[in-house]
Amino acid sequence: MKITYRWLQEFVPAAAAPKQLAEQLTLAGLEVESIDPAAPPFENVVVGEVLETSRHPNAEKLSVCGVTTDGSNRLQIICGASNVRAGLKVAVAMVGAQLPNDVHIKRAKLRGIDSEGMLCSARELGLGTEHEGIMELASTLKLGTDVRKALDLDDTLFEIKTLNRGDCMSVLGLARDYAAASVRKFLKHDVPAVRPTGQGEFPVTIHALEACPLFAGRVIRGIRAGARSPAWLQERLRRVGVNSISAVVDVTNYVMMELGQPMHAYDLGRLSQGIDVRWAKPGEQVTLLDGKTYSLDAGFLVIADASGPVGLAGVMGGNEKAISDATTDVFLEAAHFVPDAIIGRGRRFGLITDAAQRFERGVDPALPVAAIERATALLLEIVGGVASPAQAHRGSAPGAVEVWITLRRARLSRLLGVEVADADVLAVLNAISEQVIATGDGWRVRIPTCRFDLRIEEDLVEEVARLRGFDSIPPRHASVEQKGGTATESRIDSSRLITALADRGYREAITYSFVSPTDQRLLFPEIQGLALTNPISADLSEMRVSLWPGLLRVCAQNLRRQQSRVRLFEVGRKYLQSDDGLREVDTIAAVAAGSRRPEQWSMPREPMDFFDLKADVTGLLELTGDVGSFKFVPEKLGCLRPGRTARIYRGETAVGWIGEMHPSVLRGLDLTIAPYIFELEIDVAFASNKLKFNDFSKFPSIRRDIALVVEEKVTFADIQENVSVSASGLLRELRLFDVYRGPGIDSGRKSVALGLILQESSRTLTDDDADVVVAAVVARLRQKLSATIRDQ
Amino acid sequence: MAAAESLAAIVDRALADIGSSADLAVLDEHRVRLLGKKGLLTDQLKTLGALPASERPAAGQRINEAKESIQRALDARRGVLEADKLDRELSAGAIDVSLPGRGEETGSVHPVTKARLRIEAIFKQAGFQVVTGPEIEDDFHNFEALNIPADHPARAMHDTFYFPDGRLLRTHTSPVQIRAMRVLRPPFAVIAPGRVYRLDSDMTHTPMFHQVEGIVVGENVSLANLKAMLTSFVEQYFERPLGIRLRPSYFPFTEPSAEVDIECVFCSGKGCRVCKQTGWLEILGSGMIHPNVLKAVGIDPERWQGYAFGMGIDRVAMLRYDVNDLRLFFENDVRFLKQFP
Repeated sequence: MKITYRWLQEFVPAAAAPKQLAEQLTLAGLEVESIDPAAPPFENVVVGEVLETSRHPNAEKLSVCGVTTDGSNRLQIICGASNVRAGLKVAVAMVGAQLPNDVHIKRAKLRGIDSEGMLCSARELGLGTEHEGIMELASTLKLGTDVRKALDLDDTLFEIKTLNRGDCMSVLGLARDYAAASVRKFLKHDVPAVRPTGQGEFPVTIHALEACPLFAGRVIRGIRAGARSPAWLQERLRRVGVNSISAVVDVTNYVMMELGQPMHAYDLGRLSQGIDVRWAKPGEQVTLLDGKTYSLDAGFLVIADASGPVGLAGVMGGNEKAISDATTDVFLEAAHFVPDAIIGRGRRFGLITDAAQRFERGVDPALPVAAIERATALLLEIVGGVASPAQAHRGSAPGAVEVWITLRRARLSRLLGVEVADADVLAVLNAISEQVIATGDGWRVRIPTCRFDLRIEEDLVEEVARLRGFDSIPPRHASVEQKGGTATESRIDSSRLITALADRGYREAITYSFVSPTDQRLLFPEIQGLALTNPISADLSEMRVSLWPGLLRVCAQNLRRQQSRVRLFEVGRKYLQSDDGLREVDTIAAVAAGSRRPEQWSMPREPMDFFDLKADVTGLLELTGDVGSFKFVPEKLGCLRPGRTARIYRGETAVGWIGEMHPSVLRGLDLTIAPYIFELEIDVAFASNKLKFNDFSKFPSIRRDIALVVEEKVTFADIQENVSVSASGLLRELRLFDVYRGPGIDSGRKSVALGLILQESSRTLTDDDADVVVAAVVARLRQKLSATIRDQ
Repeated sequence: MAAAESLAAIVDRALADIGSSADLAVLDEHRVRLLGKKGLLTDQLKTLGALPASERPAAGQRINEAKESIQRALDARRGVLEADKLDRELSAGAIDVSLPGRGEETGSVHPVTKARLRIEAIFKQAGFQVVTGPEIEDDFHNFEALNIPADHPARAMHDTFYFPDGRLLRTHTSPVQIRAMRVLRPPFAVIAPGRVYRLDSDMTHTPMFHQVEGIVVGENVSLANLKAMLTSFVEQYFERPLGIRLRPSYFPFTEPSAEVDIECVFCSGKGCRVCKQTGWLEILGSGMIHPNVLKAVGIDPERWQGYAFGMGIDRVAMLRYDVNDLRLFFENDVRFLKQFP
């Protein structure tokens, strides 16, 4: 809602200076979002009159004008506007004038002819963007008057957030609330009834009385067709952001801005028979002022005549019966629509109009008649015409039910946390209502008809807090119940996982939860992601089924930005559809590409591989204290390179994947090197048991090394399993310290070097003990894995 | 007498030889020559037998004293030579300690996570419990139960992402209020951080961002309590006392409602470009939980009352770390991320 300082002053003459006023409004809950001058600074521009014009001899589009600024002088000014004409009152920038945008007016020669000043357009004075021609000032303005004064330009404009306050979507309403909040006098202007000089009502029927309890109107005949509003009215509308259209439309808008009552003017000649306010018939169509045709259903309230709907009630008027430059007879409408009948209707068509914004929040049912009178008075003054008597149509049912709210003293102080003196409460209640009755434990307040936002006791609590100022409530700490918090060890907290990966050189990323469906199909063709109905873009239109699409995109982007080594991770949810509904699964994932280590002077530059990433995954899994329960099992996943992919299990439960990206998906993700990647589902992977101390042996251990040669297909997991089965309880640790292929080893085979750390908890082991274990292990490896033992 | 003079001469020459020994090998040769089995001093002892018995003790003592003084000189010189040798070895092993160390560098934690974890820590210490809720919500939890019925004008402020079945991406963390209040019985204090979504993307909006919801319900939990909690939160989060002000506002799920501004962290309230010369920065919305919301979750609003607030985590992360563009948070450029170790 835009408002001007001068307009507000008509209701609160003692308003504080603009900056302070803005502060007061903001602290009363009417946030002032911007404060701007009505016009930028300029000086030495005065009211003048064009005496005569003639064509510039050397330029077709220029006129040479004689202009006076005091009735006796004559300035010669060259002007390029097409609307310049003798008799016109204009804004003359005198020689020496300083205009906005650093324009300085000097005596000049234009195409050989002297020019002593400039005739200004609205845009040249910083008043809007109109540049069709020079400003046409009211003929009543006195010559020589400073234009700032003549147009009242030393005004201030405020943009105010009115939120749910329908009653504050007008100068009147804002002024009333401001007066209450700042304890200033509010001038309630009576709107005098216009004495009708004509006769004849236009027939109005209200079928939907529950939605439209009151419809006020008036016929005015014989107005000056095509008349434009006077400059003062146009200027006022401009300041509050309303375009001038025609005198009649401008007046209806002016009344809406001033009083808050949306109005509409029909071309009486085009209306057929009579008006009916009714619910639309299914399939009925209406063409509105925006030129578009809308199909309605029974949920829409319409203003109809015999030909069908002529407007969407409370939202926008119709096109066909609208007034035009040819209109001479008008029918004015100022109706009361209840919020429920209007709410959401415009928005279904994407129409957020001034009228709908007000009706949705509630417009004072006392306004329509006043609005008709105010508009009539203005119209008669501006476009003339003969006014018939005002009409007001309402149902026979008693008027709107009075709203009374009880405010309990105890409730007030309990919610605010501070005792408010009765006199202070009463001051607030009296400022908003004319009827306040004290009761034993509080007050009963009759809510004024304009306040649709006051319906329950808490609303009045807010009024007391708001109008006294929230500053009046002292901060007070709640008395705390002494209760222990949680510090569970039953799962590893995600913040611990974040710390662990960050300490291992990974950088945490946060990517969008919605990703490109193309990327997602490329990586997971078999999983259907949940698609958004109204995505922000095609690239962000499907909920991720893995953190990989986002991380891979970020990885590719960083590689393109000259990062040669990228290690990124994310902790967040993935969104999986399953038979039992949708699951949001907390997940941790990382991607790594580039060299094994940051470039360094003493280490060779080597590309990273699977085992670098596996060490980081294992590092995380070790946080559970139960790393032995995890297995890396070779399995296939479409987007990962076969043979370099493992599914990670905890016991029998699959908890994640690790692998190298499949070369075939790289290009589609703008990647030139294959990153390594993993993902773990946090709840299943990082459940944790309470840690428990196990005593360790005080006796020395013995190390025995074994080098064996096995077929390539034998995995370390096979070896590990066979060693632990055969080594009896003495094996404390199995160390793998070499895997070798090449000269000395047959092709298709590999040499594996193991270190067995043997230890007994109750005594010192002997060499004989160790020999027995080694012999058993060797025998088992020979038998089960066809291993040959080297160097024995 | 001749023997005694001869002994003194031996000692003098021996001390000179020892003192000038250049290394441990030479020193050892002197030791053998002087004190060895066939050394000069041993020879001297052999001469004792030729002396009369009355002179032997004195002569023997002189020879032993000579031996001891030579031994002391040998030990002293050895100490010096060994220290020299160690010095030479050590200096040969000196390294350039300014060379960079070897191994992995330290990674980083996203600034939004840093802010979230600090917010959680501050509220946990005040007795709040951290809870979470789903991001894919239904209309009831995101709107209806929060006193925002269909067609309510407030819905226009929440440009909502929808799914074909009518579910939606939560537009705020407030639905967690509803879910938490259905499970927890008052009195309780919880916060609920998480991702939220709005169909909005420009200089200052991203379609996904982060909020933290706070809910406190008790018999006498008041607006004054809210003010005190937020004041202390702001002081802890920014690690300095900052003024806060509550501005009346409107949210369908609170009454009274207030926006909370903090004194501008950049200009300390004097007015600058960031605070648009107002001296204040809006950081959250709050209020006393609307009785309709309490009723919707089966809590008697006559007995229980409470406050709720919702704060933008990204917003306070920007303020804390001087990040001037919200979009940087989601671009994940390593040059940005590495600034938050």
